[in-house]
Formats: sequence, structure tokens, C-alpha cells
Amino acid sequence: MAAHLSYGRVNLNILREAARKELREFLDKCAGSKAIVWDEYLTGPFGLIAQYSLLKEHEVEKMFTLKSGRLPSADVKNIIFFVRPRLELMDIIAENVFRSDKMHSPRDFHILFVPRRSMLCEQRLKEQGVLASFINIDEYILDLIPYDGDLLSMEYESAFRECYLENDQTSLYHTAKGLMTLQALYGTIPQIYGKGECARHVANMMLRMKREFAGSQNQILPVFDTLLLLDRNVDLLTPLATQLTYEGLIDEIYGITNGYVKLPPEKFAQKKQGEASKDLPTEPKKLQLNSAEELYAEIRDKNFNAVGAALSKKAKIISAAFEERHNAKTVGEIKQFVSQLPHMQAARSSLANHTSIAELIKDITTSEAFFDNLTVEQEFMTGVDTDKVNTYIEDCVAQKDPLIKILRLVSMQSVCNNGLKQKVLDYYKREILQTYGYEHILTLNNLEKAGLLKLQSSSRNNYPTIRKTLKLWMEDANEQNPNDISYVYSGYAPLSVRLTQVLARPGWRSIEEVLKMLPGPHFEERQQLPAGLHKKRQQGENRTTLVFFLGGVSYAEIAALRFLSQMEDSGMEYIIATTKLLNVPPARTPAHIKDSMHPSEDRQLLFV
Amino acid sequence: MMKNKADEEDYWNSSKFKAFTFDDEDDEFSRLKESKRAVNSIRPLVDEDDDEEEVEKVSWSGEPVGSKTPLLFNTYCAVIGWRDYVSDWSPEETVQRMQQGKAVSLEKFRSLQDKLLLLDYAVSAHDGNVITAPLWDLFVFPEVLFRELTDRQTALRHFIHYLTESKDQRLLLELLRYLPLSTPGLPLLQYKEHLGIADENKRRDFLKSCLSLPFSPEDSVHVEDHYTLLERQIIIEATDGHAERGGKQEIFQKFPRKASILNMPLITTLYYCCFYHYTESEGTYSSPLNIRQTFKLSEKQFFVTALAARAKLKAWPDVDALFTSRNWLGFTRKKSPLSFQRVVDVLHKNSAPTQVLQDYVALVDDAELRITLAQKHKCHDIVINTYRDLKDRQQLLGYRAKMARGSAEERKINELLNNSQIRWKN
Repeated sequence: MAAHLSYGRVNLNILREAARKELREFLDKCAGSKAIVWDEYLTGPFGLIAQYSLLKEHEVEKMFTLKSGRLPSADVKNIIFFVRPRLELMDIIAENVFRSDKMHSPRDFHILFVPRRSMLCEQRLKEQGVLASFINIDEYILDLIPYDGDLLSMEYESAFRECYLENDQTSLYHTAKGLMTLQALYGTIPQIYGKGECARHVANMMLRMKREFAGSQNQILPVFDTLLLLDRNVDLLTPLATQLTYEGLIDEIYGITNGYVKLPPEKFAQKKQGEASKDLPTEPKKLQLNSAEELYAEIRDKNFNAVGAALSKKAKIISAAFEERHNAKTVGEIKQFVSQLPHMQAARSSLANHTSIAELIKDITTSEAFFDNLTVEQEFMTGVDTDKVNTYIEDCVAQKDPLIKILRLVSMQSVCNNGLKQKVLDYYKREILQTYGYEHILTLNNLEKAGLLKLQSSSRNNYPTIRKTLKLWMEDANEQNPNDISYVYSGYAPLSVRLTQVLARPGWRSIEEVLKMLPGPHFEERQQLPAGLHKKRQQGENRTTLVFFLGGVSYAEIAALRFLSQMEDSGMEYIIATTKLLNVPPARTPAHIKDSMHPSEDRQLLFV
Repeated sequence: MMKNKADEEDYWNSSKFKAFTFDDEDDEFSRLKESKRAVNSIRPLVDEDDDEEEVEKVSWSGEPVGSKTPLLFNTYCAVIGWRDYVSDWSPEETVQRMQQGKAVSLEKFRSLQDKLLLLDYAVSAHDGNVITAPLWDLFVFPEVLFRELTDRQTALRHFIHYLTESKDQRLLLELLRYLPLSTPGLPLLQYKEHLGIADENKRRDFLKSCLSLPFSPEDSVHVEDHYTLLERQIIIEATDGHAERGGKQEIFQKFPRKASILNMPLITTLYYCCFYHYTESEGTYSSPLNIRQTFKLSEKQFFVTALAARAKLKAWPDVDALFTSRNWLGFTRKKSPLSFQRVVDVLHKNSAPTQVLQDYVALVDDAELRITLAQKHKCHDIVINTYRDLKDRQQLLGYRAKMARGSAEERKINELLNNSQIRWKN
């Protein structure tokens, strides 16, 4: 089921198995038949840990979504609520419990908090007078969820917002906890590097937690050599740029959630021969995307411009394989051919799917709107005219393009200019408020708090220095056969990944100046290993670094890190962890997803 | 008011929690001094101009004499309810135990210093869940709590976040009232409350009340504009709704309004007014010119919006008039704050016919761009004339092939090609 998790350098299946074991143990605590009431947000992440079959083996007979009102009837002994510790959910649970059918055979209620119990929530249940109704109140520590062989995410949706806007560092506490769990399974990580305020906090908490556990020494041979903690606000530019890898574009246009994407169904209609295609499917096509699919693993991280060639090459291989049947003469040969058929058919249907997706994406990437937008982004990233009002942005506002697109561009201009001049900033703000509504004073204020939008202080613009020192812009990015990470944005090398690359070689000492220009402290810590656990490295053996993005990571950044892992002379393999896989609100690119927008975006059209 | 009182009685009698008491034990006396002072300094939680008897009083024997804010006490007592057993944990240990989800007693942290110490430990643990718990406990001294919170921005944000999440609007607004206005972000936080007010008149009044808040100079202009806009929308909505129902104004019959104008952005409002109230004099609230003046809209914004609205109505003379300016010789010529390419774009989006489009395509300066646009919008005359001006015989020949046999365009091209006066470049 999850074999792809164990193919990588670090067997992340161990983590998944540990999570499954704990889940089974909890389920067995509630003896007898069960129904699970799900906080809907959790079903996605849980799906990556356990399928329904596991739950069924432990007598889970029904599953419901948590909703206010009365619980649907279920003839089970136990009702288990799987919820995040949020106050508003407690009120719903209380209502459910109150209105549950008392006439029926008595049922046992349980709560499983994910990832942690909360005093406030239990207090809330007490206030509502239902706390005593629960037989088990437990927590399920699901901090880091394995998404792929080299990718872990906490799927903590609001970490960036909480850390930078609300000054709430609860997510960092969970991060530190998650890293402790990871170390318990994969050994103490001897070296910790970090850049940014949040990174510093997490490292401090980890070291403190380690002191608190001082009694028991971790006897596992360390799998990771280095941990690199990076604050998202050290590199705000990267997530603002349009990702140009295959997976990145799928996310930009359709949004990937919990490893799934929903696509418009028309392209995937099965046309059988002789059948008129009269009833087109109306449900969106849902596809799982991960490295378990051979073809996807091959193309996901390519620049989109190289995907077409890869697909047609694959098509040739597959049709050649099918042609083999004419050569199969003997019974043995035919038998062998037949045994390969399922694999070949899977490959063919995978090819068909990705060809369709690539076509959908191509419609957009070849559009004028996409090109214009990209041109402006690249101008900003190369430092062209970042200090004056941009006419393209102006035109986009006049056309009422989705607000998110405008905000991304203006923020990018601000970041690439180390803040905007008062006049320019005021102009953009006024345009945005007048066109999208004054209540967006709050939106703009949040952007300013997060540093995405700012007023240029008297000091000079240091972005060009950062760009040159870190080689953030590569003029001749090779999209087909890349030799540098800049291929993921067709020229722009993500700052975060450059920092990671430089850390491995030649080391951060070479870029002290630039590190000082970026926000927050940079630091190095060492964790003592018990004698005997020091790795004896084979010659030529790669080192392993866990890169942890605090506040989210984009798919293009993941692609760039994978590229570094694969580079022959890099000597380093990267495992990626994050508080959240950054989702691009599916609104930025052209108009075809307009209906998912906030209604205000299209209000002008409403009138006539 | 009486009902209020009765409710309180009810509460104090029925509550299963023991009421809040200050045990006047001697050994604790000195430590409690500060707390006492603090409690004595509590101002009423209600407005000062409220009735005397409504003011909250706490007698030193511990019995609240009457409270307008049972909620606060309720919250406090609820925390006391956590007292599963009495223990001797230090603040640091207590925070750790709370983080591990174990039972703790906060009762021991009785003096203000102790409570604040606990809070500071909780803050340093970075766990929001734990930070909010001691805060609750402190809420018996609202004013002290508020004062202490201003020095503890992290704890303050947690508490505001908690109140927002638990939808305790009343407590939140109380808290906001107590905080010094200089607290960063406070005016905006208060302004944000308007989003929860559905009734437009109440919302307008609320926005008006926000005008006196100490926003930054820029924000203060925006908030004022927001208020002015809503005030105006309410008037326009009432007048137009009336006119529409009256059935006397043709425009509303021909193009019934599909949505209310209330709470729409400014530009949308301008569009609406350009659509329904274009010719009104500057004196009315719904006059586009008045809106332009009041909100200091740039020429470009006004122009684009008016253009789109009039084009939608197919009021081509109005569209034409937007561009007309006279030079000093009295000749009229077309001028636009927008590139003519964008003008064509806007007109095309509003399905302007080719005859209208070609007037504006012809005004595009760049020959190549003009040809591209003309081809896109099938303005054949412009394509042909431009090729003629460029003396490009090859292109003309090519274009002729695309024209229908026997069409006027084909004839025109033939005439040009046969014209011996033109010196073709190819």
C-alpha cells in the first residue's frame, strides 16, 4: 500500500508503521463495534496513514462527518470522535452527545484529539456538561505525516499565519515535538543548522526537550546527519513566483490536497468505440499523485517544457512493448508477455492520464495571460523597474483579475525591491481597496505584518546583492537537461534551496554578508551522540540532511531539492519536511476557475 | 434590569462552583496586598455613565455583591474546577504538566505575581493551549490583566485569538475597550468587527464609530471612505429600489437590477452609477461625477469604468464622447488615458460590433499592433489600408486570398493592386 515510502534513502515507512500501530492500539481500547465521527479536515491526512481496511479490521463499521445536530443512527457500541483540538468543534460534539438517542442501547463515547489533547477543549466540554460522557479522551500524536519517500508534512494549515501574524508559536511547539518523535525512530540528529526566528525557537525547544529526557539515551544509529531549519519568511520570494515544474503547475492551476488533485472531467471521458460520447461525466476526476506511480515519479519534477518530450518517449516505449506480442511465438513467450500485461496496461492508463493533464496545463501555459504574468514576474526577479508602478498590475486591477493574483504580484515587487516607495505603495493600496473593497485594509495589513508588503526604509535595496551572491537568476536555465536548480522556475533559483545548497558546500561562512541581510538569526548547534553511535562513513557515501521548512514549502522547492539529491557530485541526499505543503489558492491563473472565487471578485458582472 | 439581577441570583445560587473568595489568612496577607489593591482598583466593566447600582462590587469577605459580568467569574470558577488535586508544582513544572495534558492545579498560583510568573513560563513554552489557561485565571482582575497584557504582547494575542475562536464577542469587545488605544493593531481589530454586522444601517453606524480610532493616517482615510461609501450605497439602494418598483424609469425596466449595491466595492458602485445614473448632474449622490470627486478617483479608473458601463449598454455616442477633446483649433480628436489597444479590448469584451471597434483599432499607433488587432476583430479596411500605407504588395496579395470571392474587400484590394501610382516595396 505504501511501498513507495520505503524506496528512499530514509525508510519513512517506519514512521507510518509507528503511526498505524498507535492507531490500532487506540481502537482496541474501545472494545466492540465502533463508528468514527470525523473532523473533515483530518480525513485527508489520515488517509495517508490508514485505509478503511485497517479501521474495519478493528471493528469500525460506520464513518460520519462531524456535523451539528443529531448523530446519524448506527447500531454500534462505541462512538469515537476524531477531531482537532478546536473550540468550535467541541460545541458540535456536545450537541451530538446531547441529542444522541438515549432510548437506544447505551453507547460509549470517546474522543481522539489529533495531534494533541487540549485543556481548553476539555474545559469547553465540561462547560457544556458533556465531559463526563466520555470514557476515553486520548491524543493521537500525528505531527509528521509521510507524504512520499522523501517528504513529510505536518499539514498544519495555519502555521505561517499564526507565527507571523498572530505571534502564536504553538505550531513550533508541535514541530519540535514532531522532530523529537522522528529522532526517537531515526536516531539523534548530530548537527542542527537554522536561519530565522522560528528556526531558533524550534531548535531551543528541541534542546530543552532533550535535556528533559536526559535519563534515557537514544541508542539508534542516526539516519540523518544534519537538520536544517528554515523560516519561511527568510525566503518570501519563492512562494510568490509561479512554479513551472509539472507538479508545481498542477498545484498552481488545480491545487493538490493531501496528495490528490481534482481535474475537469471532460478530458478523461472514456470513449468506447461505437458509443456516442453523449453523457459526459460531471464529477471532477480525482487522481492520486505520488511516486508510487512510475511515470509520475519520472516527470513530476521536470520543467513543464520538458514534459512533452518525456511523455512521447514513454509512449514509444509502451507501444513497443505492446508490439512485442507479435514476436511472441512459443507458449513460454506468450505466457511471459501475458504476465507483463497488467503492468503494461497500468503504464498505458497512467500515460493517458498524464497526457490529458499535460494538455490541460498547456492550454493555460500557452495563453497570453499566463505569458504576460510570467514576464512581469521575471522582470521583478531580475530587478527591472521594481521601483515604479507597474502598468501590467494596473491593468489587471482594472480588469478585476482575481485579487490573489494582484497581491502575489505586488508582494513580489515589494520583496524584489526591499520594500516599495511610499508613493507606489499608496497607489497600489488605493487601487486595490477601491476595486476589491475597503475591508481589504485588513488583508493589506496582514501582508505588511508578514513582511510581504512593506515600505522601503531609507536603506538601499539589498535584493540585487542577495540575487548576485546567491546566483538567484540564471540567464541560460536549461529546462530540458537541467544543470542547476534554477530550471524549476525557468531562470529563478529558489533562495531557500540555494541556502541549503551553499550550506552543504562550501558552507554558510562564505555567505555571511547575505545571511545578515535576510531576517532572523542563523545558527549551528550540535547534539552529543552516545559513544559508539558515531557513523563510520564509507568512502563516497552520501550524507543525509533533513530540511525543515517552517511555514510551508512549494512543490517547485521540493523539486529543486530532489534535483540536488540526484546530482552526482552533490554528496548529499535531502529529506524534506514542512509544516504544510503550500497550496496555491486556485485562483491565480486564468479565468477558468473563476467560479471557485469569492463572489465579490465577479460582482461587477452581476449587475447586467 | 431586574431580569438581569434575577439572573445573577440564579447563577450564584445554582452554580456548582464555589464563588471566588480571597482567604484572608494571615501568612498570605502580605502577598495578597497587591492583589487586593488591584481588585479595589477595578473599574466597572460597564460604561462609566451607567447606573451606580450596576457597578460590580466585590466585598472583601469574598462574596461578589452583584456582578454584571458573571461570565468572568464563571470562567474563573471553571478554572478552579480544574483543581483535581492540590500539588506543589513549580510554575515551570505546572506548565510542563499542562503540556503533557496532565491534571494541574492553578489554585496555588494565588498572588498576582505568581499568576504572572506562571503566564510568563507558559509564554516561553510557545504552546498556545497552555498560555491561555493562566490567562483565564487572571481574568478576575480585568484591569490588571489588561494592563499586564499590554506588556505581554504574545499572551495578549493568544487571549484575543482565544476569544475570537470561542466567539465570545462581548468579552472581546470589553477587552478591546480596556486596552490602551496605542496597542498595536487594535484599531484594525476593532474595525474588523464590522464584518460580523449584517444590517447595513448598523454596519454604517459602527463604521462611523470607528472613525475616531487612532488608525495610521493612510488607514484612517480608507476607513472614512469605507463609511462614506456605505452611507451613500444605502441612499442609492433605497432610491433605486423605489424607482424600480414604481416602474416609471425605463432603465430599470429594461435592465432590471440583479443584485443590491450594498457593500460592493467602490469601482463596482461607480460602474453601477455609470450604468443607471450616467447623465445625472454632479449634485446627486449617485452621479458618477460626484463619486469621482468625492473619492478622488484617477482619470484612468473613471475612464475604464465608464467605458465598460456605457459599452455594455451599447451607448456608442457616450463611448465616443468619452474620447473627444478639442484642440485649440477647434478640431476634435480622440484622446484616451488608456492605450487604444486596451480600449479595443474593453469594447470587444462588451461585444461591440465591428463598425464601432474599427474606429478605435484605427487609432492604435503601432502599425504592426494595429494589423494584429484589425485581423483579430475582422476590421478588413484597416488591414488593407495599413498594408497600402506600408506599400506591402505581398501582404495585400496574401490577404486577398483570405477574402470572400466578389466581396467589397476583394474589389478594394484589386483596385489598389492595379493602381499604378503606388510604389510597392515588394
